[in-house]
Amino acid sequence: MSTLDILRHDDHLDPAALLGAIPYCRYLGIAAQVDGERISLHLPYAERLIGNVVLPALHGGVIGSLLETAAIVQVLWEARATRLPKPVDITIDYLRSGRPVDSFAQARIAKLGRRVVNVHAEMWQDDENKPIAALRGHFLLAANSPEE
Amino acid sequence: MMEQTPFTAGLGVEIVELDRGKAKTRLPFGPELVGDPETGVVHGGVVTGLLDHTCGMAVMSALRSPMPIATLDLRIDYMKPAAPGQAIVAEVRCLKVTHEIAFVRGSAHQGDPDDPVALCTGTFMLMHMTAPIASPE
Repeated sequence: MSTLDILRHDDHLDPAALLGAIPYCRYLGIAAQVDGERISLHLPYAERLIGNVVLPALHGGVIGSLLETAAIVQVLWEARATRLPKPVDITIDYLRSGRPVDSFAQARIAKLGRRVVNVHAEMWQDDENKPIAALRGHFLLAANSPEE
Repeated sequence: MMEQTPFTAGLGVEIVELDRGKAKTRLPFGPELVGDPETGVVHGGVVTGLLDHTCGMAVMSALRSPMPIATLDLRIDYMKPAAPGQAIVAEVRCLKVTHEIAFVRGSAHQGDPDDPVALCTGTFMLMHMTAPIASPE
């Protein structure tokens, strides 16, 4: 039984429990909640996320990390994979400076193939209609185990 | 941009080399970087963060006079998972600086630059001091 199976409830993954089991997500402080068919991620502001102390602004790597996590969690939620999907490639557009406040992210699956998933994700702060960054990426689904 | 920031210092990023348009950094493995608890492989965001930072350093070092820069976009190709327990090295070159834009290419590897963990391509905007810099609000 994989870690993901343990975190599964009623056939769906528990996104909050999943993020709690991933050390890097715990380090950043990413929280999750189910919002209909979408998973919403919440990254509370912390000083350790800063990449520019003058502005100040969140580090681009923090922005990329939150967007990639949103994509992975959404894929797990919808594709019901038993292993974490592997990133193949991602492109991040930085639209606005990440201010030192709480951030949010959501992803949607543009195409769910048998092996590859195309995912779009957006990150915002105060206003969902003013995203600060967007991601497009491909993720590889782990091959099904023989008993599936 | 500073060579070190609260985020990169927290992760444990080390500056290895910084020369005109060329930057090299190293991130020792740490248990808090893990993205897959079953395999011990670091989170993709760690590789992205290290490359993003090294790209910014390469651009800054290529400028004739220091000025703020902003990432426009960054593409990462993940060639293979980073081996658990090993440091990741990022090497980035700034290939071209125009009046407004800088272009970078780079890679992340674990000892052999010909066997990369990830490749990256990025563009940065130069924020000339003559123009008013947008305040956070």
